[in-house]
Amino acid sequence: MISEGSSFIKGMLLGGLFCAVVTLLGNFSTGHQSTTDHHHHHIQVPSKEELLKLPEPKRIELSQSIRVYCAILVQPRELSYWAAVKETWSKHCDKAEFYSPENVKVFHSVNLDTKDKWLMLRNALKHAYANGKGYSWYFVALPSTFAIIENLKFFLLNKDPGQPFYIGHTVKSGELEYAELEGGLVLSVEALRRLVGVFSDSVKCPEQGSVLWKLTEEKELAVCLKYTGVFAENAEDSEGKEIFNTKSVNTLIKEALAEKPQEVVNGCCSDVAITFHGQSPNHMQVLMYGVYRLRPYGHTFHDSLVFLPPVDSDND
Amino acid sequence: MAALSSRCCFSLGFLVGTCTLYFFLTQVWFERKFSLQLDSQVPSMAGQWGGENQSWRVEGSALISLRYPHLQGKDSRVADQLYKKVRILCWVMTGPDNLETKARHVKATWSRHCNIVIFMSSREDPDFPTVGLGTKEGRDQLYWKTIRAFQYVEQHHSHQADWFLKADDDTFVVVDNLRWILSNYTPDEPIYFGKRFKPYTKQGYMSGGAGYVLSREALRRFVEGFRTKACTHTTSVEDLALGQCLEKMGVLAGDSRDSIHRETFHPFVPEHHLTMKFAKSFWYWNYCYYPIVEGPQCCSDLAVSFHYVDAELMHMLEYYTYHLRAYGYQYRYQPSLPEGVEPDSARTEHSPLGTERDAPGNGSSKL
Repeated sequence: MISEGSSFIKGMLLGGLFCAVVTLLGNFSTGHQSTTDHHHHHIQVPSKEELLKLPEPKRIELSQSIRVYCAILVQPRELSYWAAVKETWSKHCDKAEFYSPENVKVFHSVNLDTKDKWLMLRNALKHAYANGKGYSWYFVALPSTFAIIENLKFFLLNKDPGQPFYIGHTVKSGELEYAELEGGLVLSVEALRRLVGVFSDSVKCPEQGSVLWKLTEEKELAVCLKYTGVFAENAEDSEGKEIFNTKSVNTLIKEALAEKPQEVVNGCCSDVAITFHGQSPNHMQVLMYGVYRLRPYGHTFHDSLVFLPPVDSDND
Repeated sequence: MAALSSRCCFSLGFLVGTCTLYFFLTQVWFERKFSLQLDSQVPSMAGQWGGENQSWRVEGSALISLRYPHLQGKDSRVADQLYKKVRILCWVMTGPDNLETKARHVKATWSRHCNIVIFMSSREDPDFPTVGLGTKEGRDQLYWKTIRAFQYVEQHHSHQADWFLKADDDTFVVVDNLRWILSNYTPDEPIYFGKRFKPYTKQGYMSGGAGYVLSREALRRFVEGFRTKACTHTTSVEDLALGQCLEKMGVLAGDSRDSIHRETFHPFVPEHHLTMKFAKSFWYWNYCYYPIVEGPQCCSDLAVSFHYVDAELMHMLEYYTYHLRAYGYQYRYQPSLPEGVEPDSARTEHSPLGTERDAPGNGSSKL
């Protein structure tokens, strides 16, 4: 009787211990998992301290020397978005080139003569590299993306374009980390040089894409770049917020309203966001107003770079 | 046999122990998580006004800001000075059914930049808080609510502010820009500003939805008008009726446009003003006192208000106004400082593209 009782108690104690250990391990492993999920490469905007160390003439020189070539991949049926991009943010690129799959009468574009998205991307980048002498950075976007080029330049300020950079809103798919095209992606001239080099390798980077199964063009890009030793990196501001966004401001605010109702604006988006995706053409005009014009009187930012408004433009 | 039964007891004990501890752990953690959630979702509403850097106090139903809400990374010396020089009391027209859906978002966004904000409803709500005006609800009550609200403000707060803004719970206001407009006038002048409409009056009247702001003297005269019965409740069309009363009491309808004559108070959302072509038959063409400009020049960079703004757009506009910007960008429109305001630190002002440098309302305020 006593031995049974003591067995029971021993069992209970062991059972309790077992449960505790399992739960702890469970939490630990999920905790660990969440950090490995988040194990992207993160690059941040330059810090205030870094910028203050730069002397004034150097800052002015940098403001002028960072030159961005924008490659925008359009589809003829997206004419209203194309028009919106032409009238809005693309005016702030040092050069904006539109790449289309066929000849379009309405707007000037580079005709890539193919409907295949991966081939379009390849040829657009080849063309950009060949024609973009003197540009240190290449920004690839869709017409449904809205970009703030000044913030892109600010982000790139302390990065050496002679190094391979491939940056955007990154996502991991199995072992492959890639930048989503919708959020815009940026390549340094060195990364583009390597990419154009591997284009001629039909084993590593074939024109028809991956042999086993068809990947999206953004993934194919990541695969090819990986072969040249260039890996996707995620960008964030000094508070760790995403600056390349694959969602619209509307969606991000809606999500913040649902998830963090006490700190919607602070919790939502970066002050120096570079891209948003999915804004209507009309809302792109609102964004031009919101970014480049609307502000509260009496506040000054002592920024370390100076960017002038583009000529012949009245919505910024 | 004995070994078997003790093994059974052991297994039973093991099971019991596991289950007991499991339930215990989940209860404890559940409670902890639940109370955390509770904390983060239902804090006192009044306690959240202003955010981290704001200090304020509650006086009855009024939320009174004690110092300018500073935002990170900005040099706000000029805004600070205007905050002290041009004190604005904002009262927001709302109702019991709109507190959660509309007024709450006003409270979380632009109203934090007022010196004082009061939410006016037909019924008192001590938690939000709102003043109870003792009227009914509905469009036909708008002028009654307005009259009672201004009377309340004049009675309780006329010495605490210089200017008195009325806004709806779907109006978005950039209070700093309102201070800039008003900095060229004094609260002792009988004058009021808003989106100026022309019909039915000699000098025009201000659109209700776009918000309008009265000087302290204008407020005094409005309340006086009702006391002496020079003004009465003539119609429920609140903005027109108010305009007619003010005209009677010798209050001037001011020009709220910026120094290059762009509108600052807007009766629609930014998207409409910036991108839409209004149909020629639309009433708006016949109502606007000043010529309508379509496209980007419809709206001043230093806009004061927009109307028909829903909850989502309210937060978006707060983000666009106070947060999102283009780093290093030199604005095209760089108006000069109002008189009596010290510039911010060392940086010399430069106008790279020959931008306007006049003070607001220059020349057109004297009618």
